[in-house]
Amino acid sequence: MAISVDAPEESADLCRKAGYTYTFLSDPNAEVIRRYDLLHPGAGVNAHDIARPAEFLLDSSGIVRWVNLTEDLRVRATLEDMLKAAKSSH
Amino acid sequence: MRKLRWNWFAWAGFLLSILAFVSYFTVLVRFPATRDVPWANFLLFGAAALFLLAGLKRAFTGLGSLGGKFVSSALALLSISILGVFCFVVFRATRQLPASHGAPTVGQKAPDFTLRDTRGNLVSLSTLLSSSPETASSGAATQGVLLIFYRGYW
Repeated sequence: MAISVDAPEESADLCRKAGYTYTFLSDPNAEVIRRYDLLHPGAGVNAHDIARPAEFLLDSSGIVRWVNLTEDLRVRATLEDMLKAAKSSH
Repeated sequence: MRKLRWNWFAWAGFLLSILAFVSYFTVLVRFPATRDVPWANFLLFGAAALFLLAGLKRAFTGLGSLGGKFVSSALALLSISILGVFCFVVFRATRQLPASHGAPTVGQKAPDFTLRDTRGNLVSLSTLLSSSPETASSGAATQGVLLIFYRGYW
């Protein structure tokens, strides 16, 4: 499941173009992003507040099993990282 | 002996520098192997440097004209600037991320939330997590949720 400040329509566009089938949620006022302390103030277009990239793997009871808070925009978790984390947490 | 008008060493070096810069953002950034450490781009910059050095050597030895010296020096300086901007973007600009001390850590419960999905339906984390009964009956219990925060596309 992915979260950004994009409007639902923008995320729908993205999913259509990229073929993503998982859930995309819209957090236009960055409320959840703030609750998770992931706000990157003024980093978006027109100095909008947006989310810094972050990935969390939660187990079925909502406990964080793996987290990736990159320190470099360029360097994100790979699919392999996430699959490995998912396997080792079960 | 016919004197070449174009110092193609210097021009090739300059064009290679541009290629080294542009290829990262257009192509190589898509693949983790060339994205995380931009080694391919530094190889290209290295090749550019060799051509530029050959071009400078040609301009400043023997038959080199004053114009040739100026052009090859300017191309070398421009290329160094391109390398400088590249290093700045890759090693500094993309690391200007705020620290996140309050984010949930391993072992903590992720705070619940409710947001709208692409169809405008409200979706909450807790219902996603407890949606296992339906999937469990089909043989695959919900094993959890991968939560991805991303910057957005605008």
